[in-house]
Amino acid sequence: MVVTQAATRPAALEMRGVTKRFPGVVANDHIDLDVRRGEIHALLGENGAGKTTLMNILYGLVTPDEGEILLGGKPVTIASPSDAISQGISMVHQHFMLVPVLTVAENILLGEEPMANPVFMDRKGAHTRIRELGRFFGSEIDPDLRVGSLSVGWQQRVEILKALYRNADILVLDEPTAVLTPQETKEIFTVLRRLTAEGTSIIFISHKLYEVLEIADRITVIRRGKVVGSRIPSETDEDDLAELMVGREVQLTVDRGESHPGEPMLTVSGIQVKDDRGHEVVHGVDFEVRAGEVFGIAGVAGNGQDELVEALAGLRKPSGGTVQLSGRAITGATPRRMHNLGEGFVPADRHRFGLVLAFPLTDNSVLTSYYRPPFSRGLVRDDDAIRRHAEKVIADFDVRTPSPTVPASTLSGGNQQKLIVGREFFGDLQLLVLDQPTRGLDVGSIEFIHRQVIAKRDAGAAVLLISAELDEVLELSDRIGVMFRGRIVAVMDGRSATREEVGLLMATGGREGPPPIIAEGAA
Amino acid sequence: MTLRRIRDASIIPALAIVLALVLGAVIVIFSSPLILGLDFTLPLVAYKALVEGSFGSFDGVISTIVNAAPLILAGLAVGIAFKAGLFNIGAQGQFLTGGLAAAAIGAWLAHAPGIVAIPVALLAAIAVGAAYGAIPGFLKSFTGAHEVVTTIMLNYIALYIVAYVVTGPLRAVGATFARTPDVGNASLPILVGGNGHLGVVFAFIAIPVAWWLLYRSTIGFEIRTVGAGPDAARYAGMRPRLLIVITMAFCGGLAGLAGAGEILGLTGYMPAGYSTNVGFDGITVALLGQAHPVGILFAGLLLGAMRAGSGLMQIEAGVPAQMVDVLQGAILFFLTAEILVRYIFRIRARSAKVSELQTVAETYGGQAAP
Repeated sequence: MVVTQAATRPAALEMRGVTKRFPGVVANDHIDLDVRRGEIHALLGENGAGKTTLMNILYGLVTPDEGEILLGGKPVTIASPSDAISQGISMVHQHFMLVPVLTVAENILLGEEPMANPVFMDRKGAHTRIRELGRFFGSEIDPDLRVGSLSVGWQQRVEILKALYRNADILVLDEPTAVLTPQETKEIFTVLRRLTAEGTSIIFISHKLYEVLEIADRITVIRRGKVVGSRIPSETDEDDLAELMVGREVQLTVDRGESHPGEPMLTVSGIQVKDDRGHEVVHGVDFEVRAGEVFGIAGVAGNGQDELVEALAGLRKPSGGTVQLSGRAITGATPRRMHNLGEGFVPADRHRFGLVLAFPLTDNSVLTSYYRPPFSRGLVRDDDAIRRHAEKVIADFDVRTPSPTVPASTLSGGNQQKLIVGREFFGDLQLLVLDQPTRGLDVGSIEFIHRQVIAKRDAGAAVLLISAELDEVLELSDRIGVMFRGRIVAVMDGRSATREEVGLLMATGGREGPPPIIAEGAA
Repeated sequence: MTLRRIRDASIIPALAIVLALVLGAVIVIFSSPLILGLDFTLPLVAYKALVEGSFGSFDGVISTIVNAAPLILAGLAVGIAFKAGLFNIGAQGQFLTGGLAAAAIGAWLAHAPGIVAIPVALLAAIAVGAAYGAIPGFLKSFTGAHEVVTTIMLNYIALYIVAYVVTGPLRAVGATFARTPDVGNASLPILVGGNGHLGVVFAFIAIPVAWWLLYRSTIGFEIRTVGAGPDAARYAGMRPRLLIVITMAFCGGLAGLAGAGEILGLTGYMPAGYSTNVGFDGITVALLGQAHPVGILFAGLLLGAMRAGSGLMQIEAGVPAQMVDVLQGAILFFLTAEILVRYIFRIRARSAKVSELQTVAETYGGQAAP
């Protein structure tokens, strides 16, 4: 129904033969893309497929070598983001471009302040318009709230309102649901449908295939800079799309098989952790992870998982409670000691913690083991041993790189992550702590990393998996704990738990009522 | 690969030197007596004398090396700190306190055998410089005080400590001006030429030692990791706070050694108004050498050569010796105005290619393009 309507509508945007070459790479190779009025057009592709470049071209950040862009049938030149905005193109980045200390209204008006007179802003008029816009799209919000105090779902809406305030005809959404709960995602989808009913065209970029199938009118798949196919949701499915994206058949769900849990490896009792501001954000959490099982912690970002993980990795001292690793007390131990006791840790922020971007892969491959044989004896590093190790990690974990001596910054996100995983999974491990191990990765890399996790589990390691990606937790975990406002509110069997069940617990902690507008802990 | 890296690292310093020489030439032209009209050949005469004075004779070369030695040590004191992400403006204070310690111990052991007096005086200078360097490291690690602020303040403190000690408790009896007593047997032996003293050797030994420590040892890896990724260092189980103190102490020790070389090798005592800027010049050396020991070696030699040749330049071209300070200032200016240099010579930023490639390879989960 919607599909046929959209198909007959005039094109709002056409990109014809868009080509962009970077040294050594053709990022966009004669890409054709047309987006019709009131259509949600999904753009699918692995990391590095060329989606970013294409959208950067549309937004005026990158100049194409060839090709043309037509808006409403007329050729246009977009030389800068302000060009794009004035032509009605808006972009909502995955990493919100909001200033947390400013209010909703201030964020929306930033750079486009409506002036009542040459000196003062027309604050009142702007507020009225923001309220009206919000009401219209079912997201009415108080313009005076501080953005930093909003939940991520509402911050996302502020981003969209910002685009609407600038009269966007074409809205580019870059992974808009990456940080949302299933409930929040549903609500955003409702907002998006209302927008398209009003004639706005949306380019929707996502890795989540089922979401794309749910929301999009049409889907264009890009691989290695080329358009490899277009689909209509009713005529395709997840396997088909994944195969188009990757260029081979992909197993979307890893076969996790039977687990054979043994002795408790990690025992956490009553742990309390404070955040940087000194507020307690983990209020006495208990759980254990046994050898040979995956214990997943699901939860919306910002419910204390980060602090919990940092406490378990030695980066943050717990303010109460105890932690034991195979019977030894490791409460408040240093990262070095944890590592020596056989704990591998894949941190969530790979650029800040997991890697030294300026260093070559060789150095990065021994970041947590450089100090012991065979990589060094006393003060003396053994560069040959380090290089051999790096080559092994690169080969075993399929890190795509021209050489082990290039800086880690030159790798794509997926390959950076595979390097970290390769490093942390190396050798005999008692415990693996995985914090958002596949965030931002493409289907192929996710599949690979998931297989490695299961392999480690089957080799007898205890695996603690923390992920905001509910599907990942559901797919890998033998048991699932749901974290809500600093507590584990439920522990479920990983095979029988459903998306809806866990999603509801994530959003409400098991209590009734709609999810809050104001984020927990924000004062 | 390696060649390319050397080229990439040295292109900006090389062009900064070229631009400084051009700017210097202009200034030299306009500084010539205007009654005779502008002498456009004067810069060539001046630069020729500068080269002759520094490399044209055996004594010139010795003078170049002797001048370069403290600059190299001070350059390392700044450059190694750079590697740990620290801006050690305090090399001057570490140099002064180290020099003062050498002067005091040297005077105390002036009549002891040199085999005892020299090592003790040198070690005292290193220890005092290290301790003086450790102070800002400690303040940074445990109170968060920024090292730029604390080292600048400590430079003043060092200056006045020297003034007090030299005019007060350690003033040499019978000297015509305020200075410490002669260091006597603690003076460093002259190995070559008129003033090629033993201290120079230490500077040239310090280069490979610093290189090995930074790039071949575990502690150097830790220091560089703290500089390039402090959070990653914590994650990797390193101890950034301790490493900051150690690095600053190490750098302070090098600067202290530079001070000892000047006192024990050249003057033989510490005068009250000891007015060298070795510690500050070390910042130029470190920047010009791109904080790499080998780069610092060449940068130190260049600045040392300019100092050595300035006298002949003044005699032959009538250009004041202070012209080398102008050149040094101009080099520093062009080094820090890297964007300007790249614009003048139409060089694409080294990072440009990476960032463009990153745009291609960057994940949507990574950082969005700006």
